[in-house]
Amino acid sequence: QEKETLSPERAEEAKLKAKYPTLAQKPGGSDFLMKRLQKGQKYFDSGDYNMAEAKMKNKQLPSAGPDKNLVTGDHIPTPQDLPQRKPSLLTSKLAG
Amino acid sequence: ADIISTVEFNYSGDLLATGDKGGRVVIFQREQENKSRPHSRGEYNVYSTFQSHEAEFDYLKSLEIEEKINKIRWLPQQNAAHFLLSTNDKTIKLWKISERDKRAEGYNLKDEDGRLRDPFTITALRVPILKPMDLMVEASPRRIFANAHTYHINSISVNSDHETYLSADDLRINLWHLEITDRSFNIVDIKPANMEELTEVITAAEFHPHHCNVFVYSSSKGTIRLCDMRSSALCDRHSKFFEEPEDPSSRSFFSEIISSISDVKFSHSGRYMMTRDYLSVKVWDLNMENRPVETYQVHEYLRSKLCSLYENDCIFDKFECCWNGSDSAIMTGSYNNFFRMFDRNTRRDITLEASRESSKPRAILKPRKVCTGGKRKKDEISVDSLDFNKKILHTAWHPMENIIAVAATNNLYIFQDKIN
Repeated sequence: QEKETLSPERAEEAKLKAKYPTLAQKPGGSDFLMKRLQKGQKYFDSGDYNMAEAKMKNKQLPSAGPDKNLVTGDHIPTPQDLPQRKPSLLTSKLAG
Repeated sequence: ADIISTVEFNYSGDLLATGDKGGRVVIFQREQENKSRPHSRGEYNVYSTFQSHEAEFDYLKSLEIEEKINKIRWLPQQNAAHFLLSTNDKTIKLWKISERDKRAEGYNLKDEDGRLRDPFTITALRVPILKPMDLMVEASPRRIFANAHTYHINSISVNSDHETYLSADDLRINLWHLEITDRSFNIVDIKPANMEELTEVITAAEFHPHHCNVFVYSSSKGTIRLCDMRSSALCDRHSKFFEEPEDPSSRSFFSEIISSISDVKFSHSGRYMMTRDYLSVKVWDLNMENRPVETYQVHEYLRSKLCSLYENDCIFDKFECCWNGSDSAIMTGSYNNFFRMFDRNTRRDITLEASRESSKPRAILKPRKVCTGGKRKKDEISVDSLDFNKKILHTAWHPMENIIAVAATNNLYIFQDKIN
């Protein structure tokens, strides 16, 4: 069998397949086009969007003092992220 | 300064509009010939700046709508004011740019500061007089054409009838009347009933420069369809279908991606159209559908770099192309702030660079060359040294003279022919 020299495009394709063996067989297919139609950053909801926008605006202003405990707009907080509740000055009459 | 996303000369070439990623439009005006300052002829200075679009939030899909200006198209001038259409992904706006160089003084009911005068203190009437003032350029939105596109608008094109225009998104093309904002006609719809069957999207659309019933649209599969609005209201069936036959043996994973047409432009004559795909520019004769009449290689050396260009997403970059006023030359951008010009008659081509280092005022641009082989000559640059972040996607050519505008990321360069 004759060994054909690969065209540059085919050689590049071989390189890509070697790096990403699971790449879809049909390149121009639905997945790729659907991703194109869905351009734009997705947010959880409008509240998430507005918090992210506010954070962007605040970054451009001199920060008063970053509150590391403040968790909003980026991700849903977990119990570890939330600040410790300060103990009340008045102790409840119900406790002891 | 923000990344420039569109550049467009008006019909006379006296005004040059740029749109950017931040939703702003900056208009430059060419200086008049001035005997006292002979070198200032042809210089463009800022004429007007305004915020055209703001970022919005699509509540239904929880997606941000970018304020980036995708396209600007000028309307032909009909009176002292200038009109242009600017669009982002979802909304098209008609802007009026007008000059004010006079103001009225001597009002009866208010004093010079604008404060209202007590009518009972007025004992005599006067006629206000017009006094000259410093030139003020005002931009005001006259029409807002919204809510007609589900997908992202990639093109707008003003019709030769000067009454209508089209807007195209990934799957649909709408026809608008410039006076009517609450209705638009859908003239092309390629959305399949089942989205799983989607195989191609619309990438660009343009009206014919003279025939107001004809328009073309290009696709991500490298095809162009010409439609005639006289034949039917819905132009899903094309009148002409332009596609270059492909050699099936050379087909690869990248074939379809690099054949995707990023721009389509009619020649000024209306006889030809030009398409830009990833590696080349093709000129088509409207009378010949089976292949282009001319093909120009923009950066063929990138064919052996397609793998890395796919990985860094550069293979999806959308380059524009443009004709000169007489249709004898075409221009398109490339990487490393290089742009290419092709003379259709002499078949000569040239590569030039838009960068601060090589562009001193009134200095002549030096042709650049990319070295593809092994031995690199002194002034050449090797393919691996090209900066793929410096892409020239948007260029414009003055409608009559040899003046070009080149957008290099967030810088605008204006070059012109050497004045003897």
